[in-house]
Amino acid sequence: MNILVSGVGGQGVILFSNIISDLALTAGLDVKKSEVHGMAQRGGSVTTHIRYAPKVFSPLIEEGTADVIVAFEMMEALRYIHFLGPNGRLIYDTHRIDPLPVSTGVVERPADEQLNQRLAVRAPNRRTVPAFETALKLGNARVQNTVMLGAISCFLEFPEEAYQQAITRLVKPKVVELNLKAFAAGRALCTSV
Amino acid sequence: MTRKFLSGDEAVAQGAWEAGCHVAAAYPGTPSTEILEALSTYKDVYCEWSTNEKVALEVALGASIAGARALATMKHVGLNVAADPLFSAAYIGAHGGLVIVTADDPGLHSSQNEQDNRYYGLMAKVPVLCPSDSQEAKDFTRRAFDISEEFDIPVIVRLTTRTAHSSSVVEAGERQARPGKGYEKQITKTMILPAFARVRHVDLEKRLDRVRAWNEASDLNRIEKGSKQRGVICDGVAYQYAREVFPDASFLKLGMVWPFPENLVRRFANTVDELVVIEEVDPFIETQVHALGIKATGKDKLPRTDELSPRVLRKALSGTVAPVEPEPDLPKRPPALCPGCPHTGIFWALQKQKLIIGGDIGCYTLGGLPPHSTMDTCIDMGASISAAHGCDKALGDTDPRRRVAVIGDSTFFHSGITGLINTVYNQSNVITIITDNRTTGMTGHQPHPGTGKTLMGKETTAIDPAEVARACGVKRILSVDPYQAKATRKQVREFLSEPGPAVIVSRRPCALLIKLRETPMQVDPAKCIGCKTCISLGCPALSFSDEKSHVNPNICVGCGMCADVCPKEAIAQMTKDEGQRTKSETGGAK
Repeated sequence: MNILVSGVGGQGVILFSNIISDLALTAGLDVKKSEVHGMAQRGGSVTTHIRYAPKVFSPLIEEGTADVIVAFEMMEALRYIHFLGPNGRLIYDTHRIDPLPVSTGVVERPADEQLNQRLAVRAPNRRTVPAFETALKLGNARVQNTVMLGAISCFLEFPEEAYQQAITRLVKPKVVELNLKAFAAGRALCTSV
Repeated sequence: MTRKFLSGDEAVAQGAWEAGCHVAAAYPGTPSTEILEALSTYKDVYCEWSTNEKVALEVALGASIAGARALATMKHVGLNVAADPLFSAAYIGAHGGLVIVTADDPGLHSSQNEQDNRYYGLMAKVPVLCPSDSQEAKDFTRRAFDISEEFDIPVIVRLTTRTAHSSSVVEAGERQARPGKGYEKQITKTMILPAFARVRHVDLEKRLDRVRAWNEASDLNRIEKGSKQRGVICDGVAYQYAREVFPDASFLKLGMVWPFPENLVRRFANTVDELVVIEEVDPFIETQVHALGIKATGKDKLPRTDELSPRVLRKALSGTVAPVEPEPDLPKRPPALCPGCPHTGIFWALQKQKLIIGGDIGCYTLGGLPPHSTMDTCIDMGASISAAHGCDKALGDTDPRRRVAVIGDSTFFHSGITGLINTVYNQSNVITIITDNRTTGMTGHQPHPGTGKTLMGKETTAIDPAEVARACGVKRILSVDPYQAKATRKQVREFLSEPGPAVIVSRRPCALLIKLRETPMQVDPAKCIGCKTCISLGCPALSFSDEKSHVNPNICVGCGMCADVCPKEAIAQMTKDEGQRTKSETGGAK
């Protein structure tokens, strides 16, 4: 299984990836996770590659072979879309975070509609998840990543309890409850339709 | 044995701990920083952030001379700083095992170059081990201590960003009981005066020959028999990519690339029809293979720049790849200074002045990019001051642009002080600005000599950069608070009109370290005249549309710099009520 996760520094991409890796590890699989976070805190684009199978060699996913791409931001979905395999699934948040050249007016802001159209061309099998919005409703934008985790849980092979156990193990004790709620909300978003 | 999921960096720490390492020293640098951060959480190992990599390696060498197993870790360019003691360490040898970890950065994810530090092994005459995943990072580090002690030689473990920052499964072991051997006085070994060093050099060649002979049969190298048609020689993460792309090939995976196991390579080459050397960046292994008179494909097809990947291998060596291309014309997302970053204020003060600014290495290097555009050079750690001085000596009165250096606090302690002394000694006209944010920001907030805290969490003397400057003989010193952006600009501009050498300390803690105010700022659209003064700060929480400035309340930390610079008092802090309302609507400030 090849899962590529993309987002913007500060969105919780790394924790999200740690939880997925932990699930695969607990299931007894070989797992590799690769990330570049040298300048991630500075609002740059962040990606992690997660691969799990009985045996994994390359820590990097080859372009055109991702089974799933999870994107926390629309532009970051498009930035790595060439990694998606022919039957791959894209799950993305329609939330937008403008990069500095856009917010300062140096570069024109692509319209949501245009981004959605471009994604539709390249990812026939796709699903939007209003994770950021859902996180806000839960009272904390920072659980966007756990809402996404709930959403993706509908498409991965691990049992629901395994996610809950991983969340309990990996997030700070005082926010476990909130994160479990966020997970449930995310899962509902993808099971209800 | 316990099964752990570790990054390559964490695995090196585990390996050093298992090996009974007693002293570890480093200077933070991506992608090596997490090694000491991880090791400092283990018991029974003394860990420190040294002032720079040269100091770190000297600390480790001293510990080795005193009979303890010792570790020094750094990023690839850090080994340039530590090159001097590295060459001496090879002559001196290792009483207690001495291991040096260099984390190279093919692809320049967070570095100024792509240098290949395997060459340091060749030049300094020390063994080099190249792990390909976290298990090997752990195992090789542990073995490196044994090899170091057995052959009386320091050993380099070379990681790359992909091995350092990828996580994989590790079978972790227990710590070996390794009581220190203690110090035994032996000055013909530890004082490399010419007369002694001449003898030590002869001895070093012998020691290296012994390692070479050992490496011919070492289990650090491995042959994986596959098809006879294609044989691959590789090391490090390149092995993982090659194994994936050519599942049927035969492999010679080198764990110790230096000293080079010539006979092993010859034997392997004889068993295959076509030989390919797959390695990142430079043709280190390939050059050795060619020197043996063996034909091999390598850098004639594979790139010498950037990191490798499965697709790069497929494209270069098999010619068939799926036609997938990235989306064109997407706005880039360059890293930016954070909301509330104190560097923003000092860069705003320097904007649009007649200056030539020597820059340095840290978050503040982003000051060279728009909209700040207040930096002309970025060379290496500490070069801001010395290069600005050289520029000053070359230009003299022929160029009206004032010569300035911008250097961070941690970088100043690392290698800025010698440059600053040079400006005083050699009567420079350079103004040095120390952007003192009370931490090592770029690498993730490590303490440094100015912070009053050590890596192991102990309180210590906090060294004040302004006091250091005074002690270096600088007479004119100005301290500013960059959050008072307007006042800072006025003071800095006046200060810049007087001759140097002089120092400005711009002091404010990194915005990520402290919680600022409860509520974000907001723009009153009725008062905003669309002059973009606030936008010129380059704060990512500010944007401009419909002829007005806007604050993104989700990321604004309420530092107030935008309100300070606004000529129309159009920006103000939200009240608590407004803040809470915004929070429930948009997620509020972090």
